[in-house]
Amino acid sequence: MVGKNCFAIASDRRLGVQLQTIATDFQKIYKIHEKLFIGLSGLATDAQTLYQRLVFRHKLYELREERDMKPETFASLVSALLYEKRFGPYFCQPVIAGLGDEDKPFICTMDSIGAKELAKDFVVAGTASESLYGACESMFKPDMEPEELFETISQALLSSVDRDCLSGWGGHVYVVTPTEVTERILKGRMD
Amino acid sequence: MSREAMEMPPKGGFSFDLCKRNDMLVKKGLKEPSFLKTGTTIVGLIFKDGVILGADTRATEGPIVADKNCEKIHYMAPNIYCCGAGTAADTEAVTDMVSSQLKLHRYHTGRESRVVTALSLLKSHLFSYQGYVSAALVLGGVDVTGPHLHTIYPHGSTDTLPFATMGSGSLAAMAVFESKYREGLTRDEGVKLVSEAICSGIFNDLGSGSNVDICVITKGAKEYLRNHMLPNPRTYISEKGYSFSKKTEVLRTKITPLREMVEVIEGGDAMEE
Repeated sequence: MVGKNCFAIASDRRLGVQLQTIATDFQKIYKIHEKLFIGLSGLATDAQTLYQRLVFRHKLYELREERDMKPETFASLVSALLYEKRFGPYFCQPVIAGLGDEDKPFICTMDSIGAKELAKDFVVAGTASESLYGACESMFKPDMEPEELFETISQALLSSVDRDCLSGWGGHVYVVTPTEVTERILKGRMD
Repeated sequence: MSREAMEMPPKGGFSFDLCKRNDMLVKKGLKEPSFLKTGTTIVGLIFKDGVILGADTRATEGPIVADKNCEKIHYMAPNIYCCGAGTAADTEAVTDMVSSQLKLHRYHTGRESRVVTALSLLKSHLFSYQGYVSAALVLGGVDVTGPHLHTIYPHGSTDTLPFATMGSGSLAAMAVFESKYREGLTRDEGVKLVSEAICSGIFNDLGSGSNVDICVITKGAKEYLRNHMLPNPRTYISEKGYSFSKKTEVLRTKITPLREMVEVIEGGDAMEE
């Protein structure tokens, strides 16, 4: 979700195989560089492989260009990587969030073959995406301060995740402003 | 697997190495993820001085609206634009790829791109993938030979027409065109007709919705009217918004201050000995 000169990215913490829960502290949001985060939903193995590939490409980019990648460039990179596997895709939907030039927040999501969907307010992905669309649509306000943004995104996440059997076990929220990154673990229903 | 990671990024084209694994997973019961489609109404028409392209702005993922304001009119060249319907990733990738090829061609020849060049590049790409790259396009532009409008189907066949519609709302839009189109329309009449056709798609077709985007291309100039009409504004927003009195319970907080980026200014005589 986008706020005033800041953004927040949140995920649930469950890792499961169909209806069986394997882990309740699974990390789904990864840091690419200090102001760029990517959340990967879907098949866990594809999420981890994709993350490793992206970190590899980003490190090469950093060595060549001697600077961090801009979020828009990174989104194009992810889109290209996913579209390359158009006919045998990764079972993974990324959500990318970062602070671009002049700390302007940038968010985007993609389907599993790399169709970018830029938005100015919020983007969602995952098994509970339909509930998330509804919750975010009603709770979102433009230009929220970091504290209010955190509250809104947490409420939207927890209320949607409560209505989805395959997500849950708390939440993990990162709120990023130009000066600091706040990582919070939320207490949710453990079912 | 490690050998692949050691090589530099591959040279381009599709890679099929996950296909076998994906088939195995689908057999085991994993649901294949659905792709973002652009249900869509896209139209084009030729008027007195050039070409007008129009599109709606809804992107769907199954029955859910994923993006209420996406861009379906893609840039190909300064004088050529292309609207895309079908699988969103395919339309974006195909139009980006041909746009880059056209740019290289422009550098090579030193001339303005022609619409038929874009047409040939697109149709040969789509035909070689036998319709699996699911992109239905309306390509329009003005070059030295005049205004042109073409439709391209996912299997690679093309049509050259004075007015064209594609996408799930194509029948609704075509009904408007067939009754009201005539040769030699002025710019304002053309824009009005295209808006009417797209609105007809928006209101009557479930796969199309939201706003109307228009692009007017004439000799030497183009006008991209993003969100030219907003016939579906959001009217029921609660003035107060949501305020959460009961705060979310937080188990753990970790605050990491971000380092200030230090500008390194090249000294000049530091290395001189």
